[in-house]
Amino acid sequence: MSAPGRFGAFGGRYVPEALVAALEELEGAWTDAVADPKFVAELDQLQRDYTGRPSPLTEVRRFAEHAGGARVFLKREDLNHTGSHKINNVLGQALLTVRMGKRRVIAETGAGQHGVATATAAALMGLDCTVYMGEVDTRRQALNVARMRLLGAEVVPVATGSATLKDAINEAMRDWVTNVEGTHYLLGTVTGPHPFPSMVRDFHSVIGREAREQVLERVGRLPDAVCACVGGGSNAIGIFSAFLDDPAVRLHGYEAGGEGIAPGRHASRFSGGVPGVLHGAATYVLQDEDGQTMETHSVSAGLDYPSVGPEHAFLHDSGRVTYEPVTDDEAMDAFALLCRTEGIIPAIESAHALAGTLRLGQAMARDANEEPPVLLVNLSGRGDKDVDTAARWFGLVDGQDLVEAEQLKADEPVAEAEGSGW
Amino acid sequence: MSPLEEVFSRCRDEGRAALVAYLPAGYPDLATSVAAVRVLAEAGADIVEVGVPYTDPLMDGPVVERAATAALKNGFRLSQLFDVVRAVAEAGAVPVVMAYWNPVLRYGPDRFAADLAAAGGAGLITPDLIPDEAGAWRAAADEHGLAPIFLVAPSSTDERLRTTVEACRGFVYVAATMGVTGVRSSVGASARTLVERTRSLTDLPLCVGLGLSTGDQAAEVAAFADGAIVGSALVRAVGEDPTLGRLRELTQELAEGVRR
Ligand SMILES: Cc1ncc(COP(=O)(O)O)c(C=O)c1O
Repeated sequence: MSAPGRFGAFGGRYVPEALVAALEELEGAWTDAVADPKFVAELDQLQRDYTGRPSPLTEVRRFAEHAGGARVFLKREDLNHTGSHKINNVLGQALLTVRMGKRRVIAETGAGQHGVATATAAALMGLDCTVYMGEVDTRRQALNVARMRLLGAEVVPVATGSATLKDAINEAMRDWVTNVEGTHYLLGTVTGPHPFPSMVRDFHSVIGREAREQVLERVGRLPDAVCACVGGGSNAIGIFSAFLDDPAVRLHGYEAGGEGIAPGRHASRFSGGVPGVLHGAATYVLQDEDGQTMETHSVSAGLDYPSVGPEHAFLHDSGRVTYEPVTDDEAMDAFALLCRTEGIIPAIESAHALAGTLRLGQAMARDANEEPPVLLVNLSGRGDKDVDTAARWFGLVDGQDLVEAEQLKADEPVAEAEGSGW
Repeated sequence: MSPLEEVFSRCRDEGRAALVAYLPAGYPDLATSVAAVRVLAEAGADIVEVGVPYTDPLMDGPVVERAATAALKNGFRLSQLFDVVRAVAEAGAVPVVMAYWNPVLRYGPDRFAADLAAAGGAGLITPDLIPDEAGAWRAAADEHGLAPIFLVAPSSTDERLRTTVEACRGFVYVAATMGVTGVRSSVGASARTLVERTRSLTDLPLCVGLGLSTGDQAAEVAAFADGAIVGSALVRAVGEDPTLGRLRELTQELAEGVRR
């Protein structure tokens, strides 16, 4: 790192002056907090008693039969309270919010997992909560919109621009710059202006620390490779961070390849993007030749984002991590495979990591009497939120049935609709 | 004397503040935006701030955001910015550009500075580039005789006010309130306080923006600042009346305001 908040040429603080004071305050509060045994103990306790950490490590033998004979271990972030890794960062920042004396949090969300985690922490700590969500995403993740509202959060659909995650971030930034005095922007991934990329990474590093120990205990050595999906990059950096200094451990990040390489039809920043600035950070950005942000596409809302955390840009350029796209089709096939072979329904985001793992396992050539390679995968979230998308994708319900079911639900009084037993 | 120094010195001689008028290039289309900046200059704007439409304008409220989206949808290309800048200069006002950093970065800061200077531009306002991150831009601006114009905000510490005004040339953009661009019903006390704090640190002209829309508000700001910056209200006037009659009236009202 060349300067504070920099990862080589990436990172920094590309923000309106009005936000600088708040970023400096946040950096100070974070630095103080992590040196304060009381804060550390409080966060540890929440992670244990509320989130349910440590999350288990599960070897998936039937799934691994499709991975070229490798042994595959899943780090089960899907089993955390609220259903994904997002809660790790949220609890840390929510405690900081209270510590800074602020009473309101705002957040952006794509898949809804970060919004749900933020709404959850806000309820737990008695904070007001507003979540910005692209209008397109509110439709494809309607269940999570309902969850956030049940938890007492206000969900604001954002119709500007492409009406997805990047526009939700713009809107959250606009709210923050207006209300910064009493409001903390609880950013949900490892991008944005310093200190967010470093701070969010550190709150997620618990994933890697636990997984490293669990793999050592289970197989007696480090894994050969660690795989994760990369949206903004928080679950990936969380698990990678424990292995960066182990050169023998290959690190693989999988981005949304969407429908393929056509511009606007994917979110593979390291295939189609170039260095630029978006949302406060210098990093790789999918942009046209005028520097306008390009539209992106992915079947998974959580990976549908035109830029990526600056530390990933650095790890890409240094060659320490290999980033590859995984298409919608590949991700959905891996999604189905994990469901059928292991009885685990993954988030579609996490299914990108699973698809990459299958590809990697098959490519790791070895002779038969060698020990099988060990692949560690971050299963960043569970797929309950994606059941509707998956059911449509696989044609498990037909369009007409869905329309009729929605109509019935809308017409029926709640008591009857919910009266089927449990 | 640089063109910006000249404007502020003339305004000082006339005992008034400068009117700084913002419109995005290419809104609603290139031809109308060229005509619109001419109207601004003819109707009394001293400085015209030409905005670069950008997909992710996080310092802008809905009026400017929608205008940017419309301009991009109608095919705005960055190279057309310089046509609009040239039109401002030809019409007799001083052009400055307001741009988010990524379009400039992608164009190449040095190439951007060269092309802006060649088109007659006097400076660049950067809403999401603070001096701390602006090393490359400040060097390029220096090289081509352009003024880097940064913002100060009510939340800026004294230390940051000092380093920011030291990095500014031409004038300082004083953000009147915490928030994004838009139309507000009152100027508020924070603008005056911030002007006073900034005044104690620099002799550069101080222009106040964010929220102004009427002649009365322009007059109110003119009483304590060197310039009044108006944006969203003008953008709305173009949107409501593409024949630009409404734009001309509003600009005249604002020009009268800074002369009160
Ligand atoms: C389950 C899950 N995994 C991954 C992501 C992508 O985010 P990140 O790359 O920051 O881990 C999301 C984002 O919504 C998510 O919900």
